[in-house]
Amino acid sequence: MLTVKDIHVYYGPIHAIKGVSFEVNDGEIVALIGANGAGKSTILKTVSGLLHPKTGSIEFNGEDITKVEPHRIVKKGLAHVPEGRRIFLRMTVMENLEMGAFTQKSVREEDLERIFERFPRLKERRKQIAGTLSGGEQQMLAIGRALMSHPKLLMLDEPSMGLAPILVEQIFEIIKELNDSGTTILLVEQNAGMALEIADRAYVLETGNITLSGTGAELMCSEEVRKAYLGA
Amino acid sequence: MSVLSMIVSQLINGLQSGSVYALIALGYSMVYGIIMLLNFAHGDIIMVGAYIVWVTMSVLGLPPAVGIIAAVAGCTLLGVIIEKVAYTPLRKSPRLSLLITAIGVSFFLQNIAQLIIGAGSKTMPAIVSGPNLYIGSVNLSFVAIVTIVVSLISMAILTILVQKTKMGKAMRAVSEDMGTAQLMGISVNKTISFTFAIGSALAGIGAVLYSCAYPQASPTMGSMLGLKAFVAAVLGGIGSIPGAMIGGFAIGILEAFVSAVGLSVWKDGVVFAILILVLLIKPTGIMGREIKEKV
Ligand SMILES: Nc1ncnc2c1ncn2[C@@H]1O[C@H](COP(=O)(O)OP(=O)(O)OP(=O)(O)O)[C@@H](O)[C@H]1O
Ligand SMILES: [Mg+2]
Repeated sequence: MLTVKDIHVYYGPIHAIKGVSFEVNDGEIVALIGANGAGKSTILKTVSGLLHPKTGSIEFNGEDITKVEPHRIVKKGLAHVPEGRRIFLRMTVMENLEMGAFTQKSVREEDLERIFERFPRLKERRKQIAGTLSGGEQQMLAIGRALMSHPKLLMLDEPSMGLAPILVEQIFEIIKELNDSGTTILLVEQNAGMALEIADRAYVLETGNITLSGTGAELMCSEEVRKAYLGA
Repeated sequence: MSVLSMIVSQLINGLQSGSVYALIALGYSMVYGIIMLLNFAHGDIIMVGAYIVWVTMSVLGLPPAVGIIAAVAGCTLLGVIIEKVAYTPLRKSPRLSLLITAIGVSFFLQNIAQLIIGAGSKTMPAIVSGPNLYIGSVNLSFVAIVTIVVSLISMAILTILVQKTKMGKAMRAVSEDMGTAQLMGISVNKTISFTFAIGSALAGIGAVLYSCAYPQASPTMGSMLGLKAFVAAVLGGIGSIPGAMIGGFAIGILEAFVSAVGLSVWKDGVVFAILILVLLIKPTGIMGREIKEKV
């Protein structure tokens, strides 16, 4: 579904991603783990078109999207929930969901129903200004908003960040459910333990390079991963 | 004339010039809200609008309706062209480069007007005319009523557009967080063009209404008008749409009363004193939000 080939990404003179290749297959949950500043968010931003690689290529469903603008990439079925949620704080919950449906002809009632069913809190608060939501509710809104575009591939950047343990469990539960109902997932996480637990496959990123890859279970047992990311 | 009727008639005067300031201030504020640019060429769009009215009516002899439509359409188009030609290439440049470019565009428009039409001022034709209205001893000019009513309708339409339509919501999304708006599938280029189009259309309406009240067009007429509207936008809270409306009316009414008490030579001075006071006391203006640095 997604094939990233040897991309190099720069922020001005800073060489943030130094030749990264990976793929995400239809129906998988793929995790990307790594320390702060490893380049995880940069990779997601490059896939969704907010950044462009200097060299290398990105293919989505057989189509080259390396140089495509972000608003066109969403239309192709690739949604990105950015780090820090980035919901529109000055707009209402409902308006945030409507923005998520921007690529659709209209905001469909059944889409809203589906999202409210999954996140009942959002239904109660649909007229509320999003900036007044709690952190957990904001994360739900960010995911709900992305789902409004009917993504085939959903990329999540640290969805558990700053959430209480119960909410973290809930978020991971939701990610699994979404995957079961047919959405392919690319998950970036610092919470490596939980990410590896639900991931079919995972990649370990260190300062702009992929240093390890394998199934979630394999990486969970790997000595290096246990030492560096699982605190064992 | 009693004191009360004097106050009422000055209030009407203030509302009349205030509604023109408000229409222009909206353009400043909307553009600032979306690309953080103080578009100093915005005032000169008014000047172009006034000349379009003059050319269509006085030179070509066409009816007022044609003049009005041509001015609004011409201003809209001009605003979009300026954005595409002058500002889009600088999207990733430092904001100072954009600001300097805006000042350059302003000079360019003034000089082009001077070159084509001449430096002297032109007398505008009568665009609207009708009977004055009397409320008690207060005399309401027809132009004042038309100006206030047309401005209020324009602002109501703008509010609905921004609050309720898909494009208006996209505009708010882009102004809040450009990157995330793109992740929703919103085209930033289209949205910015749309913002310039709306802001410039309002300036076109402002140009027509201003020309009804002050029937003189000159190449530099947009400078002072634009500057005052800019003060109105800052007073209301730059970036805020209701703020621009409130700021525009406040400046207009203030000017009217400053003149009424016999200080009309101080009129402009008072407006800029307001700018300094706002910047010192509450830089975010009446409706402004605390400025959050984007990270
Ligand atoms: N806008 C930017 N300008 C310059 N350098 C940047 C920018 N954004 C990120 N970087 C640098 O690129 C590298 C990768 O950053 P990135 O945000 O992708 O890391 P990350 O793996 O997502 O980290 P975290 O877990 O903290 O979110 C870091 O060294 C960072 O300092
Ligand atoms: Mg990150």
